[in-house]
Amino acid sequence: MITAEYIKEELKQVKDPEIPTISIVDLGIVTGIDILENNDIHVTLTPTFAGCPALRLMEDMVVDHLSTYPELGKITVETSFETTWTTDLITEEGHAAIKKHGLAPPIRNCSNISMEVLEATNCPYCDSDNTTMKSPFGPTLCRSLHYCNNCKQAFEGFKPV
Amino acid sequence: MNNITALKELLYKIADDQLIIGHRNSEWTGLGPILEEDIAFSSMAQDKIGQSEHIYNLLHQLGEAEPDTVAFTRNAEQFHNSQLTELPIGEYDFSLLRHFLFDFAEYIRFGNLRESSYQPLAQVAKKFYGEIKYHTMHANTWIYQLGTGTQESHDRMQNVLDNYWNTALGMFEEGPAEELLISEGIFMGEKALRGKWLEVVMPLLEKSSLKVPEADTWEPIVGGRTGKHTEHLQPLLSEMTEVYAIDPSADW
Repeated sequence: MITAEYIKEELKQVKDPEIPTISIVDLGIVTGIDILENNDIHVTLTPTFAGCPALRLMEDMVVDHLSTYPELGKITVETSFETTWTTDLITEEGHAAIKKHGLAPPIRNCSNISMEVLEATNCPYCDSDNTTMKSPFGPTLCRSLHYCNNCKQAFEGFKPV
Repeated sequence: MNNITALKELLYKIADDQLIIGHRNSEWTGLGPILEEDIAFSSMAQDKIGQSEHIYNLLHQLGEAEPDTVAFTRNAEQFHNSQLTELPIGEYDFSLLRHFLFDFAEYIRFGNLRESSYQPLAQVAKKFYGEIKYHTMHANTWIYQLGTGTQESHDRMQNVLDNYWNTALGMFEEGPAEELLISEGIFMGEKALRGKWLEVVMPLLEKSSLKVPEADTWEPIVGGRTGKHTEHLQPLLSEMTEVYAIDPSADW
C-alpha cells in the first residue's frame, strides 16, 4: 500500500535546483501529500520566496520524478501559501546539506531578524563567528553575502526568513 | 460597492505598485554604483515582480484575466499604482529614498494584511512580510549612512526628500471603498496606514539627520490610484510589454 510517508521518502531524491545537496523535503517545502483513488498522488508545495524562479521547475521535477514509479497513478502538484514557509522548516539534515554546499545555514528562530543577527553568521568553512556581512542580498533571493575575517574567505549564507 | 469590487480595487493597487516599482528597480541591473547594490536592486526587483504575480493570481481567482494578460495588455490609465513608483530611477539618491519611503509603507501594509479577513490575501501577506523586512533593512542602512555621511551626501538626500515628500504621501490616496474594507476586516485603510507609516519613518529620518518638510506644506500628489499618471508610466509600459506585443504566445 502506498503511504504519504513512502512518497515523502522518495521525494528526498528531488533536489533543490539551486542548492543540489538539499532535497525539497529537507528544505521543508513539501507541505502536503495526498494519496487519492487509483494511487493518484497530489503533492502540495509552499514557495520559499514569492519571486523564486525555481518554483515552477520544482513542481515539474516532482511530477517527473514520481511519474517514474509504475505503481503510482496520475501525479499532480500545486503551490499554496496556506503553510507559510520559513527557514525554521529546514530539517537538521537540511542544515548539513546547505553547509556541504559551502553556504552558512540560516539561524534558527528567525522571526526577529536584524542586521545584527545577520552579522552573527558563522563561517561555513572554519566555523568562526568573526565574520562581516557584506550585503543582505546575494546571487539568489535566498542568499546573503559575507566575509570571514578568520580564514579570509568570502562566503554566502542562506538567509533566515 | 460590494465586497468583491472593493477587494479587487485593493488588490489591483497593491499588485500594480509591486509590478511598477519592481520594473524600476530592475533598471539598476548592471548599473548599480557598486556590485552589492546592483545585486540588491536586482534581487528586490525579483521579489516585487514575483509578489505582484501572486496578487494578480488572487485577482484571477476573483474572475479577472490571467496574470500575464493583466500585466501586459493594459494602458497607463488602467494602472492603479501610485505615482511615486513610476518615476524614472534618476540618480541613486532618489532611487534610495523612494525605496525607503515605499518599502516601509509596504512593510506596514502587508503587516496589517496578515490579519486580513480575506484568507488568501492574509496567506500571501505573511510570506511577503518576511521578504520585505530585508528591503526595509537595506533601505534604512543606506538612508542612515548617507544622511549622516558627508555634507554632500546629506544635502543630496535632504534635497530629494524635500522634492518628493508630497509624491510619497500620494501612496495613501484613499479609494472609494475604504469604509467597507475596514468594516469587513479586510484592510485597515489608507488613513490608518499613513499614520502608522509616519510613526515609523519620521524617527528614522530624524535619526539620519534628515528633516521632513513642515506639516503645513504637505499636499499629497494623488491620482495614481484612479489611473492619472505622470508622462513617465506609458514609456515604462511600452518597454516592459515590448516582447509580449511582438508575440503574445512567446514563452521563455
